[in-house]
Amino acid sequence: MTRLAIPKTYKLYIGGKFPRSESGRVYEILAKKGDFLANAAKASRKDAREAVVAARAAVGGWSGATAYNRGQVLYRIAELLEGRRAQFVDEIMSTEGVSAAAASAQVDEAIDRWVWYAGWADKYVQVAGNANPVSGPFFNISVPEPTGIVAIVAPQTGGSLLGLVSAVAPALVAGNTVVVIANETMPLSAISLSEVLATSDVPGGVVNILTGSPAEIAPWLASHADVNALDLLGAGSLDWVDLQIAAAETLKRVLPPENGPDAATPSVDRIVAFTETKTVWHTKGLI
Amino acid sequence: MNFLDYAPAPESQAILNLRSDYGLFIDGQFVAGRGTPFPTINPATEKPIAMIANANDADVDDAVAAARRAYNGPWSRLSGSDRGKYLFRIARLVQERARELAVAESLDNGKPIKESRDVDVPLVAAWFFYYAGWADKLDHAGLGPNPASLGVAAQVIPWNFPLLMLAWKIAPALAAGNTVVLKPAETTSLTAMLFAEILQQADLPAGVVNIITGAGNTGQALVNHPDVNKVAFTGSTAVGRAIARSVAGTDKKLTLELGGKAANIVFDDAPIDQAIEGIVNGIFFNQGHVCCAGSRLLVQESIHDEVLDRLKGRISTLRLGDPLDKNTDIGAINSAAQLKRITELTAMGEQEGAERWTADCAIPENGFWFAPTIFTNVSTSHRIARDEIFGPVLSVLTFRTPAEAIAKANNTPYGLSAGIWTDKGSRILAVADKLRAGVIWANTFNRFDPASPFGGYKESGYGREGGRPGLAAYLKPATSRHRSVTTAAPAAPAVSAAPAAKTPSARKKAAK
Repeated sequence: MTRLAIPKTYKLYIGGKFPRSESGRVYEILAKKGDFLANAAKASRKDAREAVVAARAAVGGWSGATAYNRGQVLYRIAELLEGRRAQFVDEIMSTEGVSAAAASAQVDEAIDRWVWYAGWADKYVQVAGNANPVSGPFFNISVPEPTGIVAIVAPQTGGSLLGLVSAVAPALVAGNTVVVIANETMPLSAISLSEVLATSDVPGGVVNILTGSPAEIAPWLASHADVNALDLLGAGSLDWVDLQIAAAETLKRVLPPENGPDAATPSVDRIVAFTETKTVWHTKGLI
Repeated sequence: MNFLDYAPAPESQAILNLRSDYGLFIDGQFVAGRGTPFPTINPATEKPIAMIANANDADVDDAVAAARRAYNGPWSRLSGSDRGKYLFRIARLVQERARELAVAESLDNGKPIKESRDVDVPLVAAWFFYYAGWADKLDHAGLGPNPASLGVAAQVIPWNFPLLMLAWKIAPALAAGNTVVLKPAETTSLTAMLFAEILQQADLPAGVVNIITGAGNTGQALVNHPDVNKVAFTGSTAVGRAIARSVAGTDKKLTLELGGKAANIVFDDAPIDQAIEGIVNGIFFNQGHVCCAGSRLLVQESIHDEVLDRLKGRISTLRLGDPLDKNTDIGAINSAAQLKRITELTAMGEQEGAERWTADCAIPENGFWFAPTIFTNVSTSHRIARDEIFGPVLSVLTFRTPAEAIAKANNTPYGLSAGIWTDKGSRILAVADKLRAGVIWANTFNRFDPASPFGGYKESGYGREGGRPGLAAYLKPATSRHRSVTTAAPAAPAVSAAPAAKTPSARKKAAK
């Protein structure tokens, strides 16, 4: 007698919680071979807005944490991912139709990328900031600070886990919070990553993951006045110019789509792109 | 005659050798524009100074084509050190013609001669001197070895600091190896044309810098030109937004330095004499035509009355009048249009219930003038606390705790600058950390330096001018390995690096 399996209900990840879409909608996730795998929540405009609210509430705590602390929290994600690697390998094999070796290599790369970015948390300021020798009795220093909320369209092709991590990790390093639209047809890695995040030390609301249609959700994030930056990394097949135009209304910082295997290659650029340089003039005086 | 009355001390205009009309500066030559020329006037007298050429679309094409030829030709063949030498030459020529430039600037813009002479023009020279030294040190700009220039830079500048904004734009662009087409503001083209003469004196290769004059549609044609690689704009948030929309989907790299509504926060332990001077400098410098002006005074409730009394006393001693007079503190409003906007917004302030105080000073008969004005009883929702007035108008709000001051300071879509006045060092550091603004002055205000990055958060734009970030805004990494900064330039220098252990093949394999 075979045991009856228990299928999982896949939900969104907003504010550290796992809600269904308020719209009540789901869509089918198919394996590469075409078999039904699961139903995923189909996020709506309201879900996207709830995610922005959660992300805004989390900015103060996450950006206010010490850089050392943020680095450790990001490293902890890698630890937990390592512990659940088998699950990620299985899901990647079924949704992407790749070999065990390729799936395993993708998970390795994703874990290593978290580690690489984790190490930057307490260093990027030293690389991107500096003291400025101004002509006068002032101590003048420039430091990069997080931009705020970054909305991301995760890569829709290529490795579903690696693409997501490559987009989300750099945005978190400086202390930004994130609303990310996962790979539409292969969202299992994103959903499982949300379970990793929920049990790691990442505060609720720092990463919010929406499954569903990027074409439907992205315009609401691009035009949302409380979103500060827009990463169109995986928006290459959408009408991304329209998204960039919508983002201009509140002068969001926008990164364009990238394609190919080198998309979102690990780079300090990706960290610094979501920062603002603050320059402070301190008056010197012998009082 | 009371002790404040001085005999007039006008700076002589004899040093000027102006022409009656100016052409466009394209490919190293002055050429006639194909649009209808327009006069530039002295805003203190409303008298015309000279006729300015008007560039139409065909002129814009010519200017961009000249910049492209220069970029592909002589400019790209020069070594960094030779590019630097041209910039050093320009810096020296600006110093040698400093008084002439200052007089022309005050004549055309309306700003007091003591500002154009002691602030604007010295900073122009300093900017060229600073970036001259960068031209052969680009490996240290923060983009890895051998960073590449972008190509042709389209630069559009405002009327509040005509020559200084020109320097902020041209100096880093040339140091990085780009060529330039620059459009000055419609009402303040004069010093840009004198600067073109300086470029001829410096023997800068033809086409490296092209200066085209005209109104908004000339600027629009320039930033939308398909053969432009970089757009740099300083001006209003409304126009910046339109530019961001129009370059969407292109590979043009964009930096925007836009409006502001800076909070100048005065705590009850502030060094009060210095704070009063700082408040005055913050909002009345350059008639308040400053994007980073301290236009919202946030004063701790316990010292509100004392600060206001002393402030009114100090403002009553400011001299408003002839911009060329060496004793003038407040010059002319730059244009009739700007005066109208200031007048409308201040009327709105009264309508919405704020209390108005205006300095009792004589207003000259001709020209555009606005007496220094303070509004008290202002609340955060008032238009005069939210909109950029860009005039000598201060809105005063109060606070009780540092947390309230921070919340009020950040309650604006802008984020360009802020001021903090307190004797407590730890408080300066804590408050500066929490203010969402690109430039913060602690116990000082309105300081500028070529080594110091300047630019905003939020709707005050993106990108920085000055310092190393200001150079990086005109460069890209040597390879196109990642194009993460092509459209939205990061605020700080992009720094290339990748994990050393990763090989491209490993990444490719994993991504498949």
